[in-house]
Amino acid sequence: MSEHNRGHQHDHEHARTFQRDHDDGGPLPYLQVMEIAVRELLIEKGVITPEQIRRQIERMDARGHSRGARVVARAWTDPAFKARLLANGRAGCDEMGISDLEALHLVVVENTADVHNVIVCTLCSCYPKPLLGLPPAWYKSLPYRKRMVREPRAVLKEFGLELPDDVVVRVHDSTADMRYMVLPRRPEGTEDWSEEKLAATVSRDCLIGVALPHALKQ
Amino acid sequence: MKSRFRAGDAVSVRAAYPPGHIRTPYYIRGKQGVIERICGEFANPEELAFGRDGLPKRPLYRVRFRQRHVWPHYSGAVEDTVDIEIFEHWLEPATSKAMT
Amino acid sequence: MRRHHDMGGTPDGPVDTRAHDAELWEKRVDAVRNLLGQQNLLLTDEHRRHIENLPPGDYDGLSYYERWILSLSNHLLEKGILTADELGRKMAEVEAREAKDREHYK
Repeated sequence: MSEHNRGHQHDHEHARTFQRDHDDGGPLPYLQVMEIAVRELLIEKGVITPEQIRRQIERMDARGHSRGARVVARAWTDPAFKARLLANGRAGCDEMGISDLEALHLVVVENTADVHNVIVCTLCSCYPKPLLGLPPAWYKSLPYRKRMVREPRAVLKEFGLELPDDVVVRVHDSTADMRYMVLPRRPEGTEDWSEEKLAATVSRDCLIGVALPHALKQ
Repeated sequence: MKSRFRAGDAVSVRAAYPPGHIRTPYYIRGKQGVIERICGEFANPEELAFGRDGLPKRPLYRVRFRQRHVWPHYSGAVEDTVDIEIFEHWLEPATSKAMT
Repeated sequence: MRRHHDMGGTPDGPVDTRAHDAELWEKRVDAVRNLLGQQNLLLTDEHRRHIENLPPGDYDGLSYYERWILSLSNHLLEKGILTADELGRKMAEVEAREAKDREHYK
């Protein structure tokens, strides 16, 4: 293990800025050699095809937080839809015609004037990938997984979100078969906004619960 | 399968420490909470982890815990909570409602 | 006793909140894992078990998708879909090819 275990966290951070991280002239890291070897062997054995891999990557790239933002904007403008979404998150997404959700079981948790929700997976990094695509790196990081469940207010502050003491913080530890999305509060001053314009206020971080939508940022 | 608990029931998480692939976090074992909802029935991950079918499916619940109960030195609001998905075989009826 | 991956509530430093995109090789790992899953050659909980079984030093020292490719490989060996011998030979071949490429583009 020592071969690939020398690298410390910041080395990985550095490497992530490149598409190919062996273009610095150095040898390809051990585990990236392994990735190529495993993939080529699986192709040679007829288990998977290069075309399938390409399509799978395109499929993941086509997903993104904007799909969740659309659902949020609909919930803000249609109370009956919101009630159905909170009762069954997956059914709400299906109703909006969102495609390719696989076997996603979605729980949508609503922020109110009194309650703020935030999502973490302490055991691995469960995330609603079929809806929102790949999670941000920090969501998978060990400090987030360790600390969010025990000191959520301190961690939220590191994201620039300071909550008053009279707002209840509900952490959701995504441990089994459900996946989670936060329904943030609609920003003030957006009463006459279209769904499309509303959706643009909802960032990925809002859907995880580490940020709030802002009308001013438009 | 009939689920043993209903939303609002006070439950205890079993304080068990078997080896293997366990989806009940260490920090919540032995703690008491309240059933927030029944999620449905799902194959047992402790069996799926070894390539078996995990059947019969088991009821899965979301259980809500008060942070002040889970972490003795929790500094946030008294009403702050953590919600966790827990399979039925990890839950027992709570002996007291004191901590929930 | 607490297993290493089961880390909720243990202390650590600040969260690095910066965002960056996944690299192409990381997306390929994600894709291969999904494709194996679709064929029932790898269950989510099997994948998780292999990740949990990494030594704590590897678990902490490796990035997310580095943990994944190592676990995928361990799984494929365990299932007999790949053998250690063919993986070792293929990795040597890939390394030689990459070295040649580097030389060529210097």
